Amino acid sequence: MACQGLQKGETLESLKRESETLKKKLEEERNKLNDVELHQVAEKVEVLSALSIKTRRVLKGHGNKVLCMDWCKDKRRMVSSSQDGKVIVWDAFTLNKEHGVPLPCTWVLACAYAPLSGLDNKCSVIPLSLDKNENLAAKKKSVAMHTNYVSGCSFTNSDMQLLTSSGDGTCALWDVESGQLLQSFHGHTADVLSLDLAPSETGNTFVSGGCDMKANVWDMRSGQNIQSFESHESDINCVKYYPSGDAFASASDDATCRFYDLRADREVAVYQKDSIIFGASTCDFSLSGRLLFAGYNDYTINVWDVLKGTRATILFGHENRVSRVRVSPDGTALGSASWDSTLRVSWSFSTGSNYIFRFIKLLFWVNSRLVLEFTVAF
Amino acid sequence: MTINTLAKGGCHREQMACFRKMEKVIVAMQDPDMGMKMRNQRLLITVIPHAMTGHDIITWLTHKYRISEEEALHLGNMLVKYGYIYPLKEPRCLVLRPDESPYRFQTPYFWTSTRWPASELDYAIYLAKKNIRKQGELMEYEKERYSLLHKRINHTWDFVVMQAREQLRASKQRRKADRIVLECQEQAYWLINRPPPGVNNVLDTGLERPNNFSCRVTLNSDYYKREIEACRKALGRNRVKSSICLEGFLKYSEQYLNHDPIMQGCLPSNPWISDDTAHWTMNAEIVPVPTRLRVERWSFSFTELLNDAMGRKEFMTYLEKEFSAENLYFWQACEDIRHGENSKIVEKVEDVYKNFLAPGAARWVNIDSKTMDKTLEGIKRPHRFVMDDAQMHIYFLMKKDSYPRYLKSDLYKNMLAKAIVPQETKKSVFPFMRRQRHSSPSPAQTATQAAEEEGLAKGAGANSAAGSHF
Repeated sequence: MACQGLQKGETLESLKRESETLKKKLEEERNKLNDVELHQVAEKVEVLSALSIKTRRVLKGHGNKVLCMDWCKDKRRMVSSSQDGKVIVWDAFTLNKEHGVPLPCTWVLACAYAPLSGLDNKCSVIPLSLDKNENLAAKKKSVAMHTNYVSGCSFTNSDMQLLTSSGDGTCALWDVESGQLLQSFHGHTADVLSLDLAPSETGNTFVSGGCDMKANVWDMRSGQNIQSFESHESDINCVKYYPSGDAFASASDDATCRFYDLRADREVAVYQKDSIIFGASTCDFSLSGRLLFAGYNDYTINVWDVLKGTRATILFGHENRVSRVRVSPDGTALGSASWDSTLRVSWSFSTGSNYIFRFIKLLFWVNSRLVLEFTVAF
Repeated sequence: MTINTLAKGGCHREQMACFRKMEKVIVAMQDPDMGMKMRNQRLLITVIPHAMTGHDIITWLTHKYRISEEEALHLGNMLVKYGYIYPLKEPRCLVLRPDESPYRFQTPYFWTSTRWPASELDYAIYLAKKNIRKQGELMEYEKERYSLLHKRINHTWDFVVMQAREQLRASKQRRKADRIVLECQEQAYWLINRPPPGVNNVLDTGLERPNNFSCRVTLNSDYYKREIEACRKALGRNRVKSSICLEGFLKYSEQYLNHDPIMQGCLPSNPWISDDTAHWTMNAEIVPVPTRLRVERWSFSFTELLNDAMGRKEFMTYLEKEFSAENLYFWQACEDIRHGENSKIVEKVEDVYKNFLAPGAARWVNIDSKTMDKTLEGIKRPHRFVMDDAQMHIYFLMKKDSYPRYLKSDLYKNMLAKAIVPQETKKSVFPFMRRQRHSSPSPAQTATQAAEEEGLAKGAGANSAAGSHF
């Protein structure tokens, strides 16, 4: 990019100082409207009853680290990509593998239900068909080209456009059919590691997070950086919108997840605990946005109460880093992918309160009828 | 394309942060007042001072961080995996056992972060020492690595052997207890920095990330000018008071609580728990009668209604009755332009103009003159977003006017009344009678892996039978 050059009286130092002063002023402005904290507002909300989330499906088949996974719209199929260079489509419900596509590149970093992107700087779209005999790899189509690795990708509202984030510090919007670059987004100063599309009415914005510790919100039409948040202390590995589109969460190597409100224009919650030492690599919300699932580099998944800021529960089971967590489209299950080469599907058994009510109702009935029957929860 | 797993010259930033945090924990554990109580441990006939049991470690972590024992075990295990604590019994197995097994703190000299990255030369000296000390003490994989190193750094091999001999001589002059301790410490260090084949390499961080000092983008005057511009714009933006915004999250989560299966379960049952796909069948994209929850959701917001295929169809039916269906058709056509193929934009814009905007059009939409003029101007050079303003206008028209009236209409009320409320399936009393799920063999799998899977699936089945709780 050609440098505009300094105006009279400007030096690099003076520009840098001006930028820093303005940033400080921006922080002050943001704080002026900060009249209450999220956990304070959330005091009147009922405490979550004990969550009982268990892992009951383990999907084995990859030969190496599973780097990414995504759910299909049919709520039961998943696609996963691995360092072994394969992309597998699973029916997670029956544990059947439906497609296995070998790829020329071994680090397939991102897959959304169809496009795949990786360290060969390309993003490919593979059409999936029900015909098992088709050679799917041959139908692969190269769409995006960055000058460095592609870390994340997402279809926009149709499968005609693709948004990608890259190690070259930019994000880009592509037309799938022609492979043409429609818009590029500059503003990050280091690798962009993740992006997410806003579920808003106008559907025109997305958020990205990167190694420069910044989370930026972009206008897809103009390529402008609308909002920027810089409160993490290390690389941001994952960003995800709150279901209403008014906020987003980020997971970072500084072992915290943070929650940013777009209308208040600031960070409103930090999810952290002394005993959580390792970085968070991925996060996703439950359907109502009350829970935030975050996968960490210490092989665990912590479940956070978004409103109260406390940790609801912790899931063990993976034997290596958790690279991706995703709640299924209808919110019934949680899928997680890990470097231990497996994928796991977990879900919540009815929360304790339901059974306590049932049990109490049962007791009253028992007292009046003197008959015994057990309802066993599992 | 090769992957560099070691950063150029610098150290892994992420790893260093974790090491520092773990070291803080370790230092706290050794605090004379609040730290752990140590004792002497017997190892065969030698007494080793300053040791602790696995159980002690877990108890201390449980109290210090106010966490469950399971989590304390997991955290302690990480400390062992990263070499800050090493086991005295079975030293090659870096696992924390929650019993009386003895453990010791690793000396800071051998912390991975202190001597980073582990040098080939040091490894060669270590293996040479082992080899000289006792013939045949090297394990198979160590022998292989030893000969590989011998080939690779042959030119310094004399130095390696000399160092090894010197270190062995020095250690002979120590007390036996100290000697054993040093050997244990050194072994633990190398188990982590040069793990045996088949063991997870905890130091593997995957993809290379740049270190702090090399930016992908040059911090020149252009960059700062852009930052300044962005800051100025940001300063001018409208912000909403926290007390107002944050209420929004409470309302949203409460409204959707019953729709969140992880929080409240779902009817008739969660297919993943009951193996019954009725919930999915009942909520398929198009069904004869939708569920009550689904119809209720249409009233949460206009987007919810439009995003649901059935909801959108119902709304269309309502608009037809009101003779304003052209609005929804127009909106859909605009969406198609926005998200469709690049090559079809021109023809689609033409169609939209003919059908919706041209005077006397079959489905003429009522847009204010300012927006209409702007759109007509834009159509002369059609692009993906040329219809945005008009689309937005019609969208908000429907949202403010037709949508609220739809929710009050008989059409919607009837839909709500005849919507299904599924019966909750009674859970089986004998959970272990449910079908076990076995994974299908992978296209690229060997027979042994398939057999392993079978074994694990059966194990999982046994687990779910055993785990019954309120």
